[in-house]
Amino acid sequence: MPASKPVPAKPVPVPTPETQPFYDGCAAGELRIQRCTACARPYFYPRPVCPHCGSARVEWFTASGDATLYSYVINHRPAPGFEAEAPYAIAVVELAEGPRMMTSIAGLPHTPEALELDMPLRVRFEQRGDVTIPVFGPAPSGADSAGAAA
Amino acid sequence: MTGVIIAGAAETDELGKLPGHSTLNLHIEGALNALADAGLTTRDVDGVATVANPGPVQVAHALGITPTWLDGTGVGGTSFLLHVRHAVAAIKAGHAKTILITHGESGRSRVGAGGFRMNLSSPPGQFEAPYGTLGPTTTFTIPALRYMKDYGLTHEQLAYVAVAQRKWAARNPRAMFREEITVEDVLASRMVAYPFHLLECCLVTDGGGALVVTAADRAGDFPKPPVHVLGTGEASETPMISQMTDFTESQAFRLAGQSAFAEAGITTADVDHLMIYDAFAHVPIYGLEALGFVKKGEAGPFIADGNTEPGGSLPLNTNGGGLSYTHTGMYGMFAIQEGVRQIRGEAPAQAGEPAISVVLGNGGMFATSGVLVLGRQPR
Repeated sequence: MPASKPVPAKPVPVPTPETQPFYDGCAAGELRIQRCTACARPYFYPRPVCPHCGSARVEWFTASGDATLYSYVINHRPAPGFEAEAPYAIAVVELAEGPRMMTSIAGLPHTPEALELDMPLRVRFEQRGDVTIPVFGPAPSGADSAGAAA
Repeated sequence: MTGVIIAGAAETDELGKLPGHSTLNLHIEGALNALADAGLTTRDVDGVATVANPGPVQVAHALGITPTWLDGTGVGGTSFLLHVRHAVAAIKAGHAKTILITHGESGRSRVGAGGFRMNLSSPPGQFEAPYGTLGPTTTFTIPALRYMKDYGLTHEQLAYVAVAQRKWAARNPRAMFREEITVEDVLASRMVAYPFHLLECCLVTDGGGALVVTAADRAGDFPKPPVHVLGTGEASETPMISQMTDFTESQAFRLAGQSAFAEAGITTADVDHLMIYDAFAHVPIYGLEALGFVKKGEAGPFIADGNTEPGGSLPLNTNGGGLSYTHTGMYGMFAIQEGVRQIRGEAPAQAGEPAISVVLGNGGMFATSGVLVLGRQPR
């Protein structure tokens, strides 16, 4: 490979004080999100106020990591850093707790045949630069998810 | 009614690939054309609205205008519809008399346009960009598969949106793409982001346009027939597509539409002509349903049955839309321009003599919306 042709890197998210606990959770292998202690509803993305009721009484908790595939596209025009993977899926999953998040799909072919909406998925973690981010792959089959996670 | 009219409206002389024009120059050309259309000069303008960049200060200064009213609302491609709404309020409040709203964008040639740079500490930068998003083709498109599964929209019906709009474009000499296409052509075009093929994605062009907005009591003072602003609406939903409340409907479209229809005192039965911002083929489907023209799940078959194409009951995107006419990046100005032309009866593909035209704008990826109800008569 000619040295004059730098390979673009995938974007590395830059945590802010409000979002750091999310990345700390990912680094520890846990999907930590927030919920409101006033109305008890979980939410994502990290912020210091409940989007459902407006309360600032919010707390972090560890989500199950279970999700279903809500929607996706299979992108044929890669973003910088994704050239080797195109075409690749950009997905939105719905966590078992309710909130949705954008993610990548791991461990499955990125084809319409392999990616069925509402299929069960399970969180995994990917190192990206100096942070860890959640991605989602097939849910373990058979045993219930709590047992399979052990 | 709002008591406000659009007295002047025009686009740049040319649209398409214009490497000889900067973004700012496209604003200026659009502005001068719209002022000429209204029989006015820059000396008559006391209010200026546009998005950054270049923003209203730069546009006003370049034109030699010292405005005493400014609006720099920049919420994506629908911003110009919001500028009209804000201009209505300003004119009613007496804050301005003659407002110039401009758009110019070197979207294709990128002359004087600056770059895009994602802030990786922003919420979209942290929670979407790491997954390989790259602009609207990778994000605006994501809700479609959910809609297709929940409401049975087929790939063929989605493709037909582009087919129907091309029929209008075929009648419009200013449209960039004018050759009629079939569903098979659409489905055979290059895949951009499954389920979207190239012909289901908007153009990327250079161009501009502007509007002159003033009080309705001056309606007789201009060379062209007045276009009455009967109602306006605006709303936002989400800065990130992943956080859209329900991937099968646009809250912003619905809320902006309800506001505009209520102010105008109309229902869908009163609407003769419709423009829905079409960055991608699914957006008119979401728009038709959000405005209540059809029930949830019915818009795909409604378009595929020919209702929105030439000769249909509800002429939609009669310039050819962002899919076939032009799309500089912030298309809303062009949707308004076509609504004005249809009300005036001067559109290249004129759809009868519409008394009421509705324009639905989108900003970002279902992020924001503006809706205008335009009429030939005050109501």
